[in-house]
Amino acid sequence: MTTAPAAALARHPHDDLLRTERIPHIWCSGCGIGIVFGSLMAAITKSGLPRQDVAVVSGIGCTGRMAGYIRLDSFHTTHGRAIPFATGLQLARPQGKVIVASGDGDLLAIGGNHFIHAARRNMDLTIICVNNFNYGMTGGQLAPSTPYGAKTTTTPQGNPDEPFNFCALAAACGASYVARWTALHIRRLTNTILEAIHHRGFSFVEVVAPCPTAFGRRNKIRGALDLLRFYYDRSVVKNHIAPGEATIDFDHHLVVGKFVELDRPTFLDHYQMVNRGQVEAWPATGVDASAAGQRKAG
Amino acid sequence: MAGKAVLTGTHFMNGDEACCEGALAAGCRFFGGYPITPATEVAERMSKRLPQVGGVFIQMEDEIASMAAILGASWGGRKSMTSTSGPGFSLMMENIGLGLCTETPCVICNVQRAGPSTGLPTLVGQGDMMQARWGSHGPYEIIALCPASPQEMFDFTIRAFNLSEQFRLPVLIMADEVVGHMNERVVIPPADQIEVIDRAKPSVSPAEYLPYRPGPDGVAPMANFGDGYFMHVTGLTHDQRGYPTMTPAAQVEMTERIVGKIRNNLDRILDYETLLLDDAQVAVVAYGISARSARGAVLAAREAGLKAGLVKLNVAWPFPEQFIRELSHQVKCMIMPEINLGQMVLELERLAQGRCAVRLVAHPGGTIISPRRIVEAIGQALKERP
Amino acid sequence: MTGNAQRELVITGFGGQGIILTGNILGKAATIHDGRHATMTQSYGPEARGGACSSQVIVSDGEIAFPYVESPQVLVCMSQEGFENNRSTLIPGGMLIWDADLVETHDLDPSWSLHEVPATRFAEELGNKMMANIVMLGFLSALTDLVDPESLKKAMLGSVPPQTKEKNEAAFARGREYGLAILKGKAERGAAAS
Repeated sequence: MTTAPAAALARHPHDDLLRTERIPHIWCSGCGIGIVFGSLMAAITKSGLPRQDVAVVSGIGCTGRMAGYIRLDSFHTTHGRAIPFATGLQLARPQGKVIVASGDGDLLAIGGNHFIHAARRNMDLTIICVNNFNYGMTGGQLAPSTPYGAKTTTTPQGNPDEPFNFCALAAACGASYVARWTALHIRRLTNTILEAIHHRGFSFVEVVAPCPTAFGRRNKIRGALDLLRFYYDRSVVKNHIAPGEATIDFDHHLVVGKFVELDRPTFLDHYQMVNRGQVEAWPATGVDASAAGQRKAG
Repeated sequence: MAGKAVLTGTHFMNGDEACCEGALAAGCRFFGGYPITPATEVAERMSKRLPQVGGVFIQMEDEIASMAAILGASWGGRKSMTSTSGPGFSLMMENIGLGLCTETPCVICNVQRAGPSTGLPTLVGQGDMMQARWGSHGPYEIIALCPASPQEMFDFTIRAFNLSEQFRLPVLIMADEVVGHMNERVVIPPADQIEVIDRAKPSVSPAEYLPYRPGPDGVAPMANFGDGYFMHVTGLTHDQRGYPTMTPAAQVEMTERIVGKIRNNLDRILDYETLLLDDAQVAVVAYGISARSARGAVLAAREAGLKAGLVKLNVAWPFPEQFIRELSHQVKCMIMPEINLGQMVLELERLAQGRCAVRLVAHPGGTIISPRRIVEAIGQALKERP
Repeated sequence: MTGNAQRELVITGFGGQGIILTGNILGKAATIHDGRHATMTQSYGPEARGGACSSQVIVSDGEIAFPYVESPQVLVCMSQEGFENNRSTLIPGGMLIWDADLVETHDLDPSWSLHEVPATRFAEELGNKMMANIVMLGFLSALTDLVDPESLKKAMLGSVPPQTKEKNEAAFARGREYGLAILKGKAERGAAAS
């Protein structure tokens, strides 16, 4: 970048969405985050949403830096807290679209509790989770996604933990849109992110992405392309499979595809219905109202 | 479900409820919180009142999320608040720091109970005062208001919002269980007699806008999500563009600006009241519920012929350093009653520098300090040789 | 403490009896309707229902510095436990009031002025024992000058659910009449004795 003559530099198609003055970015060569970032920008452009109505919120980590490079209202919050911050942002300005982009450790270890509750509420957020199976920025520590037996700097003899299946977790918690791709499924990933952006409710997109520097190197897959290929070759597209069966199994199948797409009211829809008196009191049947009233008075 | 934001009139309500009414009168339209005794009544009333005025209430999964949510809501353009007590306040420290670093207006009401840990959930304490000042990591200044009555819960909550909007920072209301739960008269003035300050908006085009370029008073105008300014907001040390800048020089510039907003505007922030101080030989310096005990004690001491005076700190942080320094030249002794084992008294000691005696009247929590104990301390102080 | 005449009252009972509401109504009457100063604080256990609870009310012409009541001039007991726990705090010459069917008194200070009222029974007769606290308020309005009786009634009517106003008004009247009758009886006995 520093050696190329300025005039020879072609404009990148997403330059208008980039804080170009912040380039070069911090990501390693061969990192999958750039691909996901490109897909995200392509999807935002395709969505046709007014730029000022889209915000990107992230937590801490390599993926969290996406918020720093995108020329939108963007918020780089504390570790794990992107989702509750985004919740407040979205509820304060419901006409806006709030996208959370962060890593697996940020969203599902330290931020796990926020994740499951935002999914339960069907909060109107799009969550892009770049899953690189470790904490890359800080040199490759154990993440809640690290495969059993894999080496990280905090599991030097191999990981004794069972990893989470994020898509199954999201679906079980109530996410109304759930999908997974690898970073090599670029076209499908872009379309999925676009769908997720247009989806009303909690949409979750997991992207299995290579971290050659910290994760691949320590687990004998040194080349970035080798790692990308390793994930891609094991992937099998199974749309609408039961999320619990959408496993990440490196010996057999790394299941990708769209697993959940439901139309259900968001938190704010429910909140407005309740406050307009449009929601029947619980329980709807089987209780003598006068008896219930008496208990309340007591 | 329409309702009035300002309940003009005379009420008999508790401090938690008065805090809500103050917030609504100041323009608060978002509350994210988690119930905890003795602050639950704030959340309960907000859950009922906010939808009446077009606001949003959400009970979050914990206090970490609550604090994060009110920061998000503030950037979404709504005045926002949360309420909590000791254990929840501990959890909020992380994102109070984010609010300070990103200069995000919002209000946190801590209805203090006795700690440490779960402590005495239903009983009073004032043990979070140093946590309020230093609880989040790194260098910063904070504003903390200390109401001593439900009326002050109303008035100070409005002021807390105004200060937070004016100086772009989280402002703390350090209440306590007795002030929160005590019912007393609360007079709510007509809406047009309540001063409400809103954050300054950028007056330049997005191309020229630097989100952290300070205005004349050291405070940068704030764009909100959706205004088209495409700002970047980060908890990393950042430059005036808001961009992460990992250098000691950027750290110096940013922290100096952040603390400068308070240090250079003390005259607009500090608030204390005095009673019978002119000829006083002993000054009782107190805050919150203990200031009421102190007031009773000073009046009783005067009846007994003891030359005592009162300093009631309405704002505990920033501490009125200059005033206390001067006071230490005048009086023989300063007495601090507080419901902890000695926190704000350390400020008196620091500022007195041995010029006058400093005495603590302490209780670890569970009950308020009896005026009798303060009167005894006044009598004792006057007997001591200089 | 302030040099102003300050009246302090404690109402004790168990959770669910409306003890806190009773204190609240007294405070409302004093502050909103009589234009005086009042504080109401409360203490309660962790149980939502049935635990001991008490409401402490101070009424004063001046500002109230210390809102806790350490030695009340009036003690109202609506439970045995409330009586046992608070009996010793009542000042000499103070007034003790209790629900005749819920409290058995003992070890009474001869300087106290003693009054019992079957508040819960009266409330039951009027259709809802939940109104015992309102009967007690009516009784208090007759026996003490804490607040103006009309103010108290107004504050009470402003604090109960609208559909229960009539019943509560009857409960208040029942307690007040009973109290006035006691006073009248005392006055007559006093006149006869002199």
